[in-house]
Amino acid sequence: MSAASSASTGGPPAVPHLDVDPFAVAFFTDPFPTHDVLRDAGTVVYLDKWNVYGVARYAEVHAVLNDPATFCSSRGVGLSDFKKEKPWRPQSLILEADPPAHTRTRAVLSRVLSPTVMKQVRDRFAAAAEERVDVLLGKRSFDAIPDLAEAYPLSIFPDALGLKPEGREHLIPYASLVFNAFGPPNQLRQDAIERSAPHQAYIAAQCQRENLAPGGFGACIHARVDEGEITATEAPLLVRSLLSAGLDTTVNGIGAAVYCLARFPDQWQRLRDDPTLARNAFEEAVRFESPVQTFFRTTTREVELGGAVIGEGEKVLMFLGAANRDPRRWDEPDAYDITRRTSGHVGFGSGIHMCVGQLVARLEGEVILSALARRIARIEITGEPKRRFNNTLRGLDSLPITITPA
Amino acid sequence: MPAITFIHSGGNTDHIEASDGESAMQAATRHGLDGILAECGGNAMCATCHVYVDDGWLARLPAMADDEDALLDGAAAERTANSRLSCQIKITPELDGLVLRLPERQV
Ligand code: HEM
Ligand code: FES
Repeated sequence: MSAASSASTGGPPAVPHLDVDPFAVAFFTDPFPTHDVLRDAGTVVYLDKWNVYGVARYAEVHAVLNDPATFCSSRGVGLSDFKKEKPWRPQSLILEADPPAHTRTRAVLSRVLSPTVMKQVRDRFAAAAEERVDVLLGKRSFDAIPDLAEAYPLSIFPDALGLKPEGREHLIPYASLVFNAFGPPNQLRQDAIERSAPHQAYIAAQCQRENLAPGGFGACIHARVDEGEITATEAPLLVRSLLSAGLDTTVNGIGAAVYCLARFPDQWQRLRDDPTLARNAFEEAVRFESPVQTFFRTTTREVELGGAVIGEGEKVLMFLGAANRDPRRWDEPDAYDITRRTSGHVGFGSGIHMCVGQLVARLEGEVILSALARRIARIEITGEPKRRFNNTLRGLDSLPITITPA
Repeated sequence: MPAITFIHSGGNTDHIEASDGESAMQAATRHGLDGILAECGGNAMCATCHVYVDDGWLARLPAMADDEDALLDGAAAERTANSRLSCQIKITPELDGLVLRLPERQV
C-alpha cells in the first residue's frame, strides 16, 4: 500500500494520502491488515479514491463522535453530502439530524426503547430464544446465518414493532439497501438503489399508524404525536429508523457472536461453564467484528484534529472497526475474550448518536447466547463460511455448523 | 486526587483514587472494579453504572438531568432515593471521600 504525503508548506503536519478503497470487495474480505495501515499512517489520513478524510485510531474516532457541532450528521452519515446532493430517500429525522432537531426525536426513541421497556419484553425475547434452540437441536446441522442469526431476530423484532405478518421478506433487503447506500457510488450502492422500489413501498406503508399493532414500538412512537412531542408526519419516519437499523444490525451482531464462539472453542467453553457471561460475549463480538464498520460526518468549520487541519465541508470517514481493535486503546485487540472489559468500544458509536437500540441488541444477544450455552455442548464449523458484502455492514452470508446437544 | 470508596453489595469495600474531572464510573472501570458495567461507556443510555450514594453525600452532588432520572426507573436493581448513575457523577476535589454503594446487579 503506498502512502504519499501531501506537500508541506511548513504549517500543520501533512496528512498522509492513501490509495485504500474501504468499500471494495477485496477490503471487505480481510479489512484488518488495511486497518493497521490506516491507523499507523497517522491520526488523520486522506483517501484519494473517494476524496475523504479518514480516522481509524480510537482516540480520533471517539473525538469525532463526541463533537457533533463540528462533525455534523445533518449533511448525511454516508459519502453523499446532502448540501450538494439530494438524499436518495427522505432524510432520517434522527440519524441524519443535528441538535436541536435531533434532541427532540432522540428523546422519543430513547423512551420507546428504554431499560424499563426492555424489562417488559425480556421474557418474550428469552422464550423465543429457547424455541429457536429447540428447532436447531432438532436439525443438528444447519446454516447458522439464515437458521439462527436471521431467524431469531425475525422471530421477535417485527412482532415487537407491531408489523403486519405480510411483507416481512422486504425487511432484510431494505436494511441492506440502507446500509449500502451510505457507501460511495460503487456497484453495491447502484445495484441496491436500482432494485429499491418494492422495498421502499413496503416500508412506507408499514410505517403508517394504521398498519402498526397496538402496544408495539411502532404504535408507541405514533402515540407521542398525541402528546405533541412529534408531528403526525414525523412519526412514520421515526418508525422507519427502527425498520432500517433494528434488524440487519442484530442479524450481523448475532452472526458475529456465533462465528466467534464457533471459531474460538476455549471461549465457547468459558461461556458453557458460566452462561451469565452471555451478555458480555455478545458485546465483545460487537467490538471484535464491529457489524457496523463505518459512518461519515461532515465538518461544519475548519478544525484541528490530532494535529491535522481539516477544512469546512469535508467528509470524514470513521473506521469504528479499526478503533475497536486499536492497540493504543485495547490490550490484545485481536483476541476475542468474553471476559474483556468492553466498556468504551465504539461498535454502537458514542456520544449523542450512540445507538438508540443498543439495549434491544444486547437483550437479543444475551438471551440467544445464553440459551445456546446452556443447551449445546459443542459447535463445529462444517463448511467454508461465506461473507456477505455491504458498504457498511460486516457479516457472513453462510456459516455451516453442526451442534452437539449438552 | 479525590478518593472514592465503593461498598460492594456483599459488604467488602474498595478505595480508589479518581482523577479530577473524570466520572465516578470512569474511575471505577479504570481500576477494574467489579460491580459497574457501564455498557454504554458513560453516555447515559444504559443504566448499568447504577450506584446508591451514601446519605451524607447525596445533597452535595449536582442535580440529575431528566435522562438520568428516566433511565434509573429501568435499572436492574431497585431504585431508591439514593440512586444515581455513576457516569453522571463528575469527580471534583470537593467530592474527596465520596462513598458509593453498589447494587447487587446491573443487568
Ligand atoms: C448489534 C446491533 C447494532 C449495532 C452494531 C448498531 C450500531 C449503531 C451505530 C454505530 C450507530 C451510530 C450511528 C452514528 O453515530 O451516526 C447506531 C445508531 C442507531 N441505531 Fe443502532 N446498532 C445496532 C442495533 C440497533 C437496533 C436493534 C436498533 C433499533 C431497535 C437500532 C437503531 C438505531 C438508530 C435509530 C440509530 C440512530 C441514533 C441517533 O442518530 O441518535 N440499532 N447504531
Ligand atoms: S455508563 Fe451507561 S448509563 Fe452510565
